[in-house]
Amino acid sequence: MALITCDDVTLGYDGETVLTDINFKIESGDYLCVVGENGAGKSTLIKGLLKLINPMRGSISMSDGLRVSEIGYLPQQTAIQRNFPASIFEVVLSGTLNGMGLRPFYSKKQKREALDKINLMGLAGLEKRCYQELSGGQQQRVLLARALCATSRMILLDEPAAGLDPIVTADLYELINQINQKMKITVVMVSHDINAALKYSSHILHLSHTQLYFGKTLDYMGSDAALILSERGTR
Amino acid sequence: MIQAFLDIISYPFLLRALVVGVLVSLCAALLGVSLVLKRYSMIGDGLSHVGFGAMAVAAVFNMAPLAVAIPVCIVTAFLLLRISEKSSMGGDAGIAVVSSGALAVGVMVISMTTGVNTDIYNYMFGSILALNSADTILCIILSCIVISVYLLFYNRIFAVTFDETFSRATGIRTNIYNMILAILTAVTVVLGMRMMGALLISSLIIFPSMTSMRLCRTYKSVITISAVVSVFCFAAGLVFSYCCAAPTGASIVIVNIIVLVVSGIVKKIIR
Repeated sequence: MALITCDDVTLGYDGETVLTDINFKIESGDYLCVVGENGAGKSTLIKGLLKLINPMRGSISMSDGLRVSEIGYLPQQTAIQRNFPASIFEVVLSGTLNGMGLRPFYSKKQKREALDKINLMGLAGLEKRCYQELSGGQQQRVLLARALCATSRMILLDEPAAGLDPIVTADLYELINQINQKMKITVVMVSHDINAALKYSSHILHLSHTQLYFGKTLDYMGSDAALILSERGTR
Repeated sequence: MIQAFLDIISYPFLLRALVVGVLVSLCAALLGVSLVLKRYSMIGDGLSHVGFGAMAVAAVFNMAPLAVAIPVCIVTAFLLLRISEKSSMGGDAGIAVVSSGALAVGVMVISMTTGVNTDIYNYMFGSILALNSADTILCIILSCIVISVYLLFYNRIFAVTFDETFSRATGIRTNIYNMILAILTAVTVVLGMRMMGALLISSLIIFPSMTSMRLCRTYKSVITISAVVSVFCFAAGLVFSYCCAAPTGASIVIVNIIVLVVSGIVKKIIR
């Protein structure tokens, strides 16, 4: 059964439409890459999926008991965060807040979970280090660990490799792939990097203010939409 | 120094100032870290000017200054938050408009009725003599409430400060926590401005957190050191102002500046 179904969705801000006629399904265990050029509406779609903005038309429905607050989200970094005085542990722990109800303080279990996720992301022993002193790749791993604390089913990644060098980027993609394969967590990733998208994803959603392609990655290679993107890429 | 401190404790009005000052410094230090990190520092400054206007109007109409200023500042805090989030005018311009407007209203109301007297001078620049015993009790209760609310929501305020989008996506109602922050700031500003003065109170919010952010690396230690620095600077400033008959608010700010500069030098040496 589909975790998320987008039915004829139109999204936008303050009456101006950004994306129209979006129709797709995300099944449990999928690895969906959302590709398209700058300004094609990728981040807008993410905001729609997270219910940060409401669809102007159509519906985005979740099933199988998935709640929006159970989606782990890895946003694009803001300037405030890069200079934020916080330890890795404090940042990752804040990901467990959604399961806390009305309790004001963290339980032992939440702390253990945060440490587990830190270790899982290959950051063992760094939990007391300051977030702002880390490299870009390490910072992304911290935010990924936080996203995993917030979910056991689905993560949404908005350009996770932005600003990283190629080697670190490859490591990060490998890590995300492991999360999908081993932990059976559904991955939705917005990406500029069409090659990585083709390599790892199971499904592709190609946006350009509307939906140019949605389907299996294998079928995408020969489609018209893929041709458009590769032509622009070589020019 | 210790003798001066003992002297201070022996005077009831100075003891009141000391107790209230320590509590307000604590509130300001805790909130200051979040405000500085969220780039909301100027909201504290704007609120103090609005507080001045409200107190001036209250004085003219013979009402209790705190009872008028606190609700007015809370309402303004809501407004300023909305301005900085939504307005096309831009947050800083909006705050400047509101704060200078409130200041002008305050000055105008006073000059048309009583003329500029010591009371008004004290609202502007602060006075340790300003607190009577009823005010003191109210101040103690309110600052204890501010501190406990902050500690209760500490983890959520951290999450919202660090990453508002993520928090919102995972179901934390970020607007509520921004509001709580604004309300707590409004209360703290009004409580502190009797002593520090409208023109100096925002330094109580900003300086300690700036100092501790230079020295510390984790959020918890930033908060703790900020509180320690704030209380220390307040006490040192109070003793100095008692010994040298200097204005209290200004003395506290000067001590804060010295500590900030020293922390900068210490950081350079350590690296």
